[in-house]
Amino acid sequence: MLEIKCPYCGKRSQNEFSYGGDATIKRPQLGEEISTEDWDNFVYYRDNPRGKHSELWHHVSGCRQWFKVSRDTATHEIFDTCKMNEDFNV
Amino acid sequence: MQKYSVFSLVKNAFTNHENWEVAWKDPEPKKEYDVIIVGGGGHGLATAYYLAKEHGITNVAILEKGWIGGGNVGRNTTILRSNYMFDSNAHFYEFGMKLWETLSQELNYNVMYSPRGIINLAHSDAQMNAYARRGNSMRLNGIDAILLGRDDLKKIIPFADFSETCRFPIHGGLMQPRGGTARHDAVAWGYARQADSMGVDIIQNCEVTGFDVNNGKIEGVQTSRGNIKTKKVGLCVAGSTTLLADMLNMRLPIEAHVLQACVSEPVKPLLHNVVTFGAGHFYCSQSDKGEMVMGGDLDGYNSYAQRGNMPMIQHVLTGGLAVFPNFSRLKMLRTWGGIMDMSMDGSPIIDKTHIEGVYLNCGWCYGGFKATPSSGFVFAHTIAQDQVHELNSDFNLERFHTGKIIDEKGVGPKPWIG
Repeated sequence: MLEIKCPYCGKRSQNEFSYGGDATIKRPQLGEEISTEDWDNFVYYRDNPRGKHSELWHHVSGCRQWFKVSRDTATHEIFDTCKMNEDFNV
Repeated sequence: MQKYSVFSLVKNAFTNHENWEVAWKDPEPKKEYDVIIVGGGGHGLATAYYLAKEHGITNVAILEKGWIGGGNVGRNTTILRSNYMFDSNAHFYEFGMKLWETLSQELNYNVMYSPRGIINLAHSDAQMNAYARRGNSMRLNGIDAILLGRDDLKKIIPFADFSETCRFPIHGGLMQPRGGTARHDAVAWGYARQADSMGVDIIQNCEVTGFDVNNGKIEGVQTSRGNIKTKKVGLCVAGSTTLLADMLNMRLPIEAHVLQACVSEPVKPLLHNVVTFGAGHFYCSQSDKGEMVMGGDLDGYNSYAQRGNMPMIQHVLTGGLAVFPNFSRLKMLRTWGGIMDMSMDGSPIIDKTHIEGVYLNCGWCYGGFKATPSSGFVFAHTIAQDQVHELNSDFNLERFHTGKIIDEKGVGPKPWIG
């Protein structure tokens, strides 16, 4: 069982959360000319490291806020969590 | 190579089974090979076998970091099927089903192919319509499919919950009678033994640590047992694909996720088919030893750990007990996990790459085991001829740019959404 610290509610069990994938993906700017390749990369390509991974989680059965988690994909250790507009401390 | 038969079994019984030949050798890596296959799992071993058998290329090495068959080919739930609706998938997997049917004879190794039938349960009229459509698509592609009603299923799985007030009442199901199971380890060992007998070097405990690429061409691989030259490299490393692709500066539409499975204690014959309860994220078959082999969905977050987490086991078994309440008394024997190479449309990638001489076989998601023979066959063709086979021409990397994706499940590029 993962224990995830929601930046709004504190530590809760994994059961309360759902996953949102790679947190480093940025949607291309609206209203600007973008290449097909940039769009494809946004839709289909993402980081897949063995080790430290920045990812999105959703406290779906709690405060319903999205936030960021820095987690090791091999050991499942969670280094840090933060709000969407913040950066990790660790 | 010693042929396995009832006569060789009897003959060896007289010498206490102490004089069997080794099934495959343990060679030192040579300085150079025509083709190097990275990954000694089912797909890598099958690729090497078909390279030797179909294309006469025998100066081949399989480099395996651990031991052969220790990854997903030894961790899956052994299910074979070709019950796909899309043509690209249907043709590819049905070709594989035909190879499965004669594989034991071809490899002179009993892979225990058991066409016990796979049944997908349906829980609404709409789902029955969807299954009728899928079954018709399958039959148009020459694949066997039978639409089962509620009463048919009461005869096949009488112990399932057929009450009308449960959350997902059983309306019927779609069955592929030729679908079933095979003994997964035997598949790896059978391919390994035959490939070895034709001259392929199976090199275990040999980790690939880098690639020598010059002017866009592969020239060799660096390994924990020294550098090896080659002109062609095939990657068959499933969940570790991104780790090797990173060494080649290739970004792929792949995410690594852990998928768990579990078996119960062995019991007397009860479940004679493979049954999937998709609505409850659960499927099950009974092994020849009598264990209930059960599985479900991904744990749901990126993972390179070959072990899973309890919440998903609980979720899967909750679904299982909803459809088979009598399983509640079964004791769990063991659970385990494997790393899936989840592609962004749920379909595999078998293709050439931007580096000359590097070939890619990945993106198997939930379904790599059943594809072992067909994947090996078409990948061997792709490597030997330096062009894709008709059957894997749609499983290209380009589709993530052209938009011709093969999203059979319709979940989009979010593989953790079951």
